[in-house]
Amino acid sequence: MNAPAPGASFTDLLHSLGARPTWVAQPGDKAPSAPEGTTVLALRYNNGVVMAGDRRATEGNLVAHRRIRKVYPTDRYSAVAIAGTAGVAIEMVKLFQVELEHYEKIEGVRLSLEGKASFLARLVRGQLPLAIQGLGVVPLFAGFDEREGRGRLYSYDVVGGRYEETDFGSTGSGARLAKSYLRTTYREDLTAEDAADLAVKALVAASQDDTATGGPDLLRGIFPNVVHIDSDGVRELGDDVVGPLAEQAVESIL
Amino acid sequence: MTIPFYVAPEQLVRDKAEFARKGIARGRSILGLDYAGGVLLLGENPSTALHKISEVYDRIAFAGVGRYNEFETLRKAGIRQADLMGYLYSRDDVTAMGLATAFSQTLGVIFIRDPKPFEVEVLIAEVSEDGSEHRLFRVTYDGTLFDERNFVAIGGKSEQLTAALGELWREGLTLKEAFDVGAEVFRRAEGRESEGWEMAVLDATMSPRTFRRLDPSEFTAS
Repeated sequence: MNAPAPGASFTDLLHSLGARPTWVAQPGDKAPSAPEGTTVLALRYNNGVVMAGDRRATEGNLVAHRRIRKVYPTDRYSAVAIAGTAGVAIEMVKLFQVELEHYEKIEGVRLSLEGKASFLARLVRGQLPLAIQGLGVVPLFAGFDEREGRGRLYSYDVVGGRYEETDFGSTGSGARLAKSYLRTTYREDLTAEDAADLAVKALVAASQDDTATGGPDLLRGIFPNVVHIDSDGVRELGDDVVGPLAEQAVESIL
Repeated sequence: MTIPFYVAPEQLVRDKAEFARKGIARGRSILGLDYAGGVLLLGENPSTALHKISEVYDRIAFAGVGRYNEFETLRKAGIRQADLMGYLYSRDDVTAMGLATAFSQTLGVIFIRDPKPFEVEVLIAEVSEDGSEHRLFRVTYDGTLFDERNFVAIGGKSEQLTAALGELWREGLTLKEAFDVGAEVFRRAEGRESEGWEMAVLDATMSPRTFRRLDPSEFTAS
């Protein structure tokens, strides 16, 4: 309990204790092969953001996991979706979740949305040496800005660059396909329901031409993860809602 | 002038204890009591900016009385320890018991080692998963740890408050009833009306984070 006071940051606390998660790879080392998360996307609707991700992780040409989760609520008003090396990304999200909660408890107020987005950029930047080895993580971040009263979303690049998107964003192997689908179908003033429908359709569209993106698995009952984020906070949609959306999406696209 | 080169340990401990008790007696008290759906923490606090009651973890809350900077140091240390444990192991591995013993250790060492003891008393509350069995721990300035049942009071008026709670508390109070009991207990102990409430609950029906601050005006209006 007598650790040196690192202010309100949990990451800095871990650092001061030498417990921050690190993966050391020397330049020139052959990068190990590890499962990769593939396609995630987010789009804005009239009063919030919807975020969705397929469930597949791949290792080379193999399916490593069929039911991996890539969309994570990070606090009451925000969520992160991840693409890239799954193990590194999941650890990053876990640290980010604790960081937001820790700050909120220590300071008595939540970070601003901009503050959260900027901290996530710092975490991504910290993984740059690993990214050079081919084990990069590229998240998407979305949240409801309590001060401005609107949903906002940010995409990142592998060096920690942060870009606010006005309409939609996507990252991962199927991102280009998902984005071209969204570009032709997105419109302003979508309702929450329409936005969820569109998000699932875009994932299905990506899965048609990208083998690393898992389409809905109707036989096993594996459906995309979808969350809504608006003034009521983050709400995860259950399979009872996403299942029918996914079936319709498969029918309409085939 | 002669320099005393020996002070009996009894004398030293007595002096420090008296000093700490005086400091604590100057501040206002806080109480914690079980109600049907969780634990209510209630304190008299005219400030709406400076909090004495705070969230520590999913099912754990902290309250401190005495010197603000001292219990604030303990509060932050508690949150750090809880978040660290939960991050390194699992969220289920963070318990009020673990935190209470850590506070007890810290306060005990400070009391013996430092020239000036902390003038604080802290309360750690935890609601159980099913909302049936709650834990209330009280740690005093010298690190003594008490495991309380159903209700607890810390601060200068803790004895009078505990006595009044013993008369008024009963099993299965609603939240509103628990607040009324708390307010009446304060009225009896202080002999006057409160200058403002700070209140929060650990609400067992919420998940995963059960801590919630309440607006006292919702309770005092009726």
